[in-house]
Amino acid sequence: MLGFWLYLMSDCLVFAVLFATYGVLGANYAAGPSPKELFDLPLVALNTSMLLLSSITYGFAVLEMQKKNQNAMLLWLVVTGLFGAAFLSIELYEFAHMIHEGATPQRSAFLSSFFTLVGTHGLHVTFGIIWMITLIVQVWKFGLIEANKRRLLCLSMFWHFLDVVWIGVFTFVYLMGVLR
Amino acid sequence: MFDNPELMKAIFGRLTLEALPLHEPILVATFAAVAIGGVAMVGALTYFKLWGYLWKEWFTSIDHKRIGIMYVVLALVMLLRGFADAIMMRVQQAMAFNGSEGYLPAHHFDQIFTAHGVIMIFFVAMPLVTGLMNYVVPLQIGARDVAFPFLNNFSFWMTAAGAALVMASLFIGEFARTGWLAYPPLSNIAYSPDVGVDYYIWSLQVAGVGTLLSGVNLIATIVKMRAPGMTLMKMPVFTWTALCTNVLIVAAFPVLTGVLALLSLDRYAGTNFFTSDFGGNAMMYVNLIWIWGHPEVYILVLPAFGVFSEVTSTFSGKKLFGYTSMVYATVVITILSYLVWLHHFFTMGSGASVNSFFGITTMIISIPTGAKIFNWLFTMYRGRIRFEVPMMWTIAFMLTFVIGGMTGVLLAVPPADFVLHNSLFLIAHFHNVIIGGVVFGMFAGITYWFPKAFGFKLDPFWGKMSFWFWVIGFWFAFMPLYVLGFMGVTRRLRVFDDPSLQIWFIIAALGAAMIAIGIACFLIQIAVSIKNREKLRDWTGDPWNGRTLEWSTSSPPPVYNFAFTPVIHDNDAWWDMKKRGYQRPADGFKAIHMPSNTSAGIILAGLSALVAFALIWQIWWLAIVGFLGLIGTAIGHTFNYHRSFYIPREKVVETERARTQLLQTARA
Repeated sequence: MLGFWLYLMSDCLVFAVLFATYGVLGANYAAGPSPKELFDLPLVALNTSMLLLSSITYGFAVLEMQKKNQNAMLLWLVVTGLFGAAFLSIELYEFAHMIHEGATPQRSAFLSSFFTLVGTHGLHVTFGIIWMITLIVQVWKFGLIEANKRRLLCLSMFWHFLDVVWIGVFTFVYLMGVLR
Repeated sequence: MFDNPELMKAIFGRLTLEALPLHEPILVATFAAVAIGGVAMVGALTYFKLWGYLWKEWFTSIDHKRIGIMYVVLALVMLLRGFADAIMMRVQQAMAFNGSEGYLPAHHFDQIFTAHGVIMIFFVAMPLVTGLMNYVVPLQIGARDVAFPFLNNFSFWMTAAGAALVMASLFIGEFARTGWLAYPPLSNIAYSPDVGVDYYIWSLQVAGVGTLLSGVNLIATIVKMRAPGMTLMKMPVFTWTALCTNVLIVAAFPVLTGVLALLSLDRYAGTNFFTSDFGGNAMMYVNLIWIWGHPEVYILVLPAFGVFSEVTSTFSGKKLFGYTSMVYATVVITILSYLVWLHHFFTMGSGASVNSFFGITTMIISIPTGAKIFNWLFTMYRGRIRFEVPMMWTIAFMLTFVIGGMTGVLLAVPPADFVLHNSLFLIAHFHNVIIGGVVFGMFAGITYWFPKAFGFKLDPFWGKMSFWFWVIGFWFAFMPLYVLGFMGVTRRLRVFDDPSLQIWFIIAALGAAMIAIGIACFLIQIAVSIKNREKLRDWTGDPWNGRTLEWSTSSPPPVYNFAFTPVIHDNDAWWDMKKRGYQRPADGFKAIHMPSNTSAGIILAGLSALVAFALIWQIWWLAIVGFLGLIGTAIGHTFNYHRSFYIPREKVVETERARTQLLQTARA
């Protein structure tokens, strides 16, 4: 568990680099589109709620795990995964829409850092889902043994961590971007 | 099929026969030598049927001791490569006067200085440090292995895979021509369209994963697995420095990973992070890479400080002077190392107040470092000093490192730095601290712990030969560079106009030649020691009259390190046990739970290297296949729940009885 915490903190630093880069380059529009023109806040709010809900349902899964209700736990895990997938789909839709309007990652330093920061988070969610599917199979096959419980708790930390990072993204990139 | 360029590109990406440097005679000769050597080695291994042994006992081993040794072997092999680069540069610069162009074309020279820096830092200094920590830390804290033994094996192979990629660039394609930190815009696709920078990026990314994970691993080990009684302030100083170094690794390497990822996006996807137009900012890269880069130098030097602390107190026969201040100094350096990065580019133009802040924090670092020097001196004061080889390295370090430290403080003054920035003075300074600090420290450490690892001491005569050639060679090689720096000569120059400078470069080249002899003596020392191993044998497990726990086990230690976990009462735990008349327990042994070997680490690292190679050459199908293989193998590995076994009680009893007999023979 300590090892996983240390890993998470190192991952946090990768995000710190991306946030810092966004902070420095985020206003360099290079005469291209600005956040105000690009961001669709209601859509992002919907997306945020998907991720926040997925964190809650993961919490339910851990509660069921502690009560040794394997099937209920698996069910909540599937629900979590679906929320995660919904989040990713909305994000991909948003990206596709922006690129369609000519706001590509190559257009300006602002867009480069925007796509990289948000995209890296999305990539993490993708790996989280792959990991979740693996764990669902493993719990289903081998039951709630010690090793699996530990893995479930590690993934839970990872998942909530991504939630926290997303709150940072939502605040600094989207909300403050629209204010700017 | 060969006539269809589209098809060839789809299959081989950018990789063509042109990539083989057949037109460069130096490289062809090197390749011939490496190929003959390689074939001879493979032949010998096959002839003596050693593949199975190597695979089962070493490559797949999760024993921290074996992994530590493999790290050091990797580092020594890479040292030869990095040093070959160094001596080529020295010869070129000593020759290229009075209209002579020297013997190295610019294209080649630029790759050499880049490769020299990258190899020496990432694939010599880092594996040496990680190797020593891996070997020594669990033994010093009374543990049986590290916290995550499989991860440890994986980390090593990732480092080795990174090194293999750098080596591959020598013969397939080329390496970066940008200097060791690959600053944009030079390293961006517009000015470096070839594969050199891609080799640079991917070898460091692959090796970086290994370094980061081994950092996580060792922190968890030190925090969680210390023997009962060993509170934080009873840890040996080397373990303390290892803890701080690994904290720095975990807190610095993700920044390197991040910034290199951004550079690769610029190169591969056409983003505009560090470009000169569309709002990009190259100084962002320079800032980020030094936020990793400055802690990195402390990552390297802190464990060396730890070695010197152990060596000084052992060979002075005294408790380390000022243990508490030593620990605090280490922690203060750890924290301060994050507040100085901007001193690498005072000339960026960030203004007087920012520059003075970073100048002052830089100067402050010399305070805890100076405290350490005084602690070592006071440890020696009135001690009964034994001038064994590790102690000689320590004294040479103190004399050399202090000079390097002082020139560092000089460079920390922004106005002085404006004059000396990127000059040979800087080159002399950092070689002064890295060779005088890290390299001397690692040699002291290798000589000190060699008998623990292999059961016999290193031959002292050849050790002293190596020592004198290295130390004198170092002074000859780098003092002229200080002089040249003061005269305004900048780094990375291939030819010179002013003939009056030549004499200094010739002296420096002679110094490098002496270091070459020093390295040769070191290799001879190992060969001679293996030959005379019976004479140099250490039966006791405690050849230096040591003070910390690693000397309480046999040399080499059993797989499980300690049959019983020791209980600690003092920070010189073993010294305290000896003083209290400690008797080894002769019975009551139990079966010991140990992790089993696995080939997952080497396979995953091999696949990573393959993916990296495919990305460098833009062989997209191979990158995708390799990446899927990587994920598949990683997931497959998690389905293996049986990762440990028990060493049966009888085996433990037998091992321990053999040791008891050995000790009795040694005493008689």
